[in-house]
Amino acid sequence: MNIHEYQAKGILRKFGVPVPDGHVCYNGASAREWAKRLGDGPWVVKAQIHAGGRGKGGGVKLARTPDEVRNTTRDMLGMILRTHQTGPDGKVVTRVLVENGCKIARELYASLLVDRTTSRVTVMASTEGGMDIEEVAATTPEKIYREVIDPLVGLTAFQCRKLAFSLGLTGKLTNKAVNLLQGLYSTFIACDCSLLEINPLVVTTENELLALDAKFGFDDNAAFRHPNIADLRDYDEEDPNEVEASQHDLSYISLTGNIGCLVNGAGLAMATMDIIKHYGGDPANFLDVGGGATIERVTEAFKIILSDNNVKGILVNIFGGIMKCDIIATGVIEAAKQVGIKVPLVVRLEGTNVDRGKQMLAESGLNIVAADGMADAAQKIVRAVAA
Amino acid sequence: MSILVDKHTKVITQGITGATGLFHAQGARDYGTCMVGGVTPGKGGTSVDGFPVFDTVAEAVQKTGAMASVIYVPPPYAADAILEAVDAGLDLVCCITEGVPVLDMVKVKQYMQGKKTRLIGPNCPGIITPGECKIGIMPGYIHKPGQVGVVSRSGTLTYEAVWQLSSLGIGQSTCVGIGGDPVNGTNHIDVLRMFEEDPDTEAVIMIGEIGGSAEEEAACFARDHMTKPVAAFIAGRTAPSDKRMGHAGAIISGGRGTAAEKVAVLEECGIAVAASPAEMAEALLRIYKP
Repeated sequence: MNIHEYQAKGILRKFGVPVPDGHVCYNGASAREWAKRLGDGPWVVKAQIHAGGRGKGGGVKLARTPDEVRNTTRDMLGMILRTHQTGPDGKVVTRVLVENGCKIARELYASLLVDRTTSRVTVMASTEGGMDIEEVAATTPEKIYREVIDPLVGLTAFQCRKLAFSLGLTGKLTNKAVNLLQGLYSTFIACDCSLLEINPLVVTTENELLALDAKFGFDDNAAFRHPNIADLRDYDEEDPNEVEASQHDLSYISLTGNIGCLVNGAGLAMATMDIIKHYGGDPANFLDVGGGATIERVTEAFKIILSDNNVKGILVNIFGGIMKCDIIATGVIEAAKQVGIKVPLVVRLEGTNVDRGKQMLAESGLNIVAADGMADAAQKIVRAVAA
Repeated sequence: MSILVDKHTKVITQGITGATGLFHAQGARDYGTCMVGGVTPGKGGTSVDGFPVFDTVAEAVQKTGAMASVIYVPPPYAADAILEAVDAGLDLVCCITEGVPVLDMVKVKQYMQGKKTRLIGPNCPGIITPGECKIGIMPGYIHKPGQVGVVSRSGTLTYEAVWQLSSLGIGQSTCVGIGGDPVNGTNHIDVLRMFEEDPDTEAVIMIGEIGGSAEEEAACFARDHMTKPVAAFIAGRTAPSDKRMGHAGAIISGGRGTAAEKVAVLEECGIAVAASPAEMAEALLRIYKP
């Protein structure tokens, strides 16, 4: 789940991390009022969409007077912003963040994440603020500094000072860096983050540290502990099919191809996409119905797959372990009847009660192509879609 | 004949009075696993379908002599269940539960340092030594006793590999599902090392996924420390970046952890990589004669 920048900064503020004063606005008049209340300007107007690269797309603008804030806000609201992360369709701007501008002396970078190799939370900091950190890691890895955090003692002051000195911060800025980094760590733990990235982290000409932008990733597994964070979810920013799927406990991700996939298990679902591609086809989605798939869930899965107009055929690949194949077959038949599948449907069943399952599909009178094994199934659906 | 578990392994089920826990405890017993009881706090002293139920893991260990436990406790309580099992001094803990918060696992890993317990999972199908001991949710009947070890981050894809092997008449020594989460108890290298040391394992199939660099590290380990042939498959060649593919660990971020990168490193390390998931057993047969 992603959240907007103004929401991210709101959370950081609560944990004592310094961020520019600002407010979210939904129209020009309120933007003008908020600008006056926030300070004497200049101000920055930032389009709030769930994607990076907004500056280059015209989604971040400087305004020198409250009237300019109002006019810029009016221009921005309703515009379609296209960045390298939004895809070609772009995203409609429905809200902006108006905040005080600041005079930047240096741009730095800081982030926290769960490092799989050490199984611990790790801080990364770099002098190369404002840049894509993956690019820094690839070209100048020596400019990235790391501290691994012991969960027992948390992020210690001396670790923060080490990072601050590596970044070339001196004098009073050292202690400000300690407070800021420890505030980030408190945020990370309290919100069950998987990622917390401040890019850029700026040093102002008044010798202050400020988190100028913030990106949060939350651990979905911990969502039950954080109803407040779930409330920040903006459904308009998400793929409607993915939202629908998540409400039925289906793991679905839409892709750009034309072969719909319905599979049990995440690994097998990925492998099914791979084998379709291997035989020259193009998957329309990733869909894991899970181990305990019921008739209802299989039906919902079919509905979601078919609501994608690009889908020209469907491949069902089930390895029935605990789940019995005859039950899956019943689900497929029921779903086919309810939903009315008009595209070619190839079904590969394997596992418990497979013979009975196959027999049921054969006798159902539905136009279902049975397949033996993953390779056969993939070849059959690729041929059917190409025809 | 195997690693980690065999016909002498006494197993308890944590969360045995829940529907899932009981169902799989029965399935394991039917398979022939030495299932000696279970734990549900507050239901100690009762029994369920012939399994004695205890309040604590420590008591269950004391009364039954259990060496291993399998956890079917819901996600909010799973980390605590692991800690209790570690505290009770079990040799092996297998956490099937899917959806354990990552930061809970960070604490668990810290707590386990210096302890003797080995943790498999969470978010895994479990572990099976065919014909002897099944701990977890995998369908037992697709397995066949033999000499090929299987290690995987994915459940159903493991079944696929086992099915391909068994269909060709090739049996398995032990199959270990290490789970799809970013922080887990046992990684590919741990299992490869055990397979290398097991006199009855002759070859290994390793199944990985996009995300992280665990498979690359495992490949380097195989090149430097293993004499036995290893075949592999990496799922997610077609996965787009920055999209999480079901498993929390399966995500390509910033161009890192792609399948193409992984496959290249694996092949450089002398591992036979299956071009498609339908060819996992065939890939192994390119480098191993049963």
